[in-house]
Amino acid sequence: MKLNTTKELRLMANTIRQDVIRMLLPAQSGHTAGPLGLADIFSILYFHEMKYDVNKPDWSERDRFVLSNGHVAPILYAAMARAGYFPIEETLTLRKLGSRFQGHPSRHWIPAIENSSGPLGEGLAIASGIALAGKMDKKSWRVYCVTSDGEHQEGSTWEAVMFAAKYKLDNLVVLCDRNFIQIDGNTEDIMPLGDMAAKYRSFGWNAVTINGHDYAALMKALDDAKKMKGRPTMIIAETTPGKGVSFAENKFEWHGRAPNKEEAEKMFAELGEERKRIEAEPG
Amino acid sequence: MSGVTLSSEVMGSVQLTAFAKKFPERTFNVGVAEQNLAAVAAGLAYQGKTPFIGAFAAFSPGRNWEQIKTTICYGEANVKIEGSHTGLDVGEDGATHQMLEDIALMRCLPNMLVLYPCDAEETKKAVYAAWKHTGPVYIRCTRNKVPTFTTLETPFAVGKVNLLVEGSDIAIVATGDTVFPSLMAAAELEKEGVSVAVANMHTLSQIDSEGLTALAKKCGSIITVEDHQVKGGLGSAVAEALAETHPCRVRRHGMQMKFGESGTGSEVMKKYGLDKNGIIAIVKEEIARKK
Repeated sequence: MKLNTTKELRLMANTIRQDVIRMLLPAQSGHTAGPLGLADIFSILYFHEMKYDVNKPDWSERDRFVLSNGHVAPILYAAMARAGYFPIEETLTLRKLGSRFQGHPSRHWIPAIENSSGPLGEGLAIASGIALAGKMDKKSWRVYCVTSDGEHQEGSTWEAVMFAAKYKLDNLVVLCDRNFIQIDGNTEDIMPLGDMAAKYRSFGWNAVTINGHDYAALMKALDDAKKMKGRPTMIIAETTPGKGVSFAENKFEWHGRAPNKEEAEKMFAELGEERKRIEAEPG
Repeated sequence: MSGVTLSSEVMGSVQLTAFAKKFPERTFNVGVAEQNLAAVAAGLAYQGKTPFIGAFAAFSPGRNWEQIKTTICYGEANVKIEGSHTGLDVGEDGATHQMLEDIALMRCLPNMLVLYPCDAEETKKAVYAAWKHTGPVYIRCTRNKVPTFTTLETPFAVGKVNLLVEGSDIAIVATGDTVFPSLMAAAELEKEGVSVAVANMHTLSQIDSEGLTALAKKCGSIITVEDHQVKGGLGSAVAEALAETHPCRVRRHGMQMKFGESGTGSEVMKKYGLDKNGIIAIVKEEIARKK
């Protein structure tokens, strides 16, 4: 499904934000802030940017999507469900025994998912291996990887950063969810990450820092990445964790917990208001 | 072709240079980065490649176990892992490089096939078997030269214990670089009238309970001999299997939960009882115990 206007994409982001809360409520465990903060990026990736065929998940020419920070699973499941990979109702079994919607995404349970994730600092290496295979076979499909700022504290991430630059993986574009929070608090207090784009540039990457809720900026960065030759691209997307729900925004306490019934109702109310506002905007 | 090799800096040491010369476009050096080695290989495998990754076992799987678990085993990636420079046999480099825990690390992983060939000829068979097998494989290798005593005709069936010498008083089950000294020990003991069976257990994940049970029934008890810690390796695997099918005495001979030290490979092996004479001494203790 391809959405052509920013308005439609924003409505989709609103939809999948609500889906995330619907999923987390019965699960009563899981992560809230990250998935809400990433909704705009997932809306653009799944409904504007990437090539795929839901009726043929193993289509050889599809773009490959690698999720590195697997704990944001609900936003991936919501986007894939709305794209048509599976019924949205089924995602309400998130984290329940027997559900294919595992707490962290698994390619064993859902073959349409490229990689099993959860342990941090691995996705970039996997994405680099996939991108290298694409280069070896001279394929035109691209690799999209979503990672988080926190997992740049893992040394293994930097091993992959060097590798992707060495092998000139310009078919790889990475979006880093720069939301400045992790379980214990603010990233810059716990282990400062500083100017991440500068770090990437010094490692030989093309790197930009943008607002991760700015659709025009995201689309431009993704387009620029396609034109870049000889270098992988890192888009440091500064996001607001908990985006769309005032009382969860920028609160690290919401990194690793699910809303209770009362909180969920407030969340739906706020997101419902936002939806009305978007709908009222000129097309 | 789907075969790809990757190494973390030690291409020459792990014998990947021949492939690199013939297929440079399918050879990648990731630098000193074993975690990346495993996860990049997984990514290649997801796209239909068959990566062989080679490094010192102390660091792969020693350092990248979690990547092997998550991206290769749980991720169902067709990656073949060569762990070289294993055991006390590494010698001079000392304890940090003498990998004595890798069998334990690998055989506890779901989906992982673990092979430990005993000489150069069997290593060829193991590599071929790994290529034919769909799924993760760990091949444990030895650095120092080991006499080649098996031939093209020597049976090699994954998951089967290979009985090399018949015997009735006691049975040795050895793996990898301890198979040859076990054979030497059995030959010498035979001259003294002790009948020792020697079996080569090259597969350490899918345990041949049937073969082990037959051996235990015939010989009464088993001695396992391995260039690895006695906890978690061959001895543990054999004891676990026999505890279920045919409980009997299993004497686990190997590294007794210590760290190694420098010296030539053969000197260190001798000091910790993994040479011919050390094995003979253990057999004699066990025979005396029976009487």
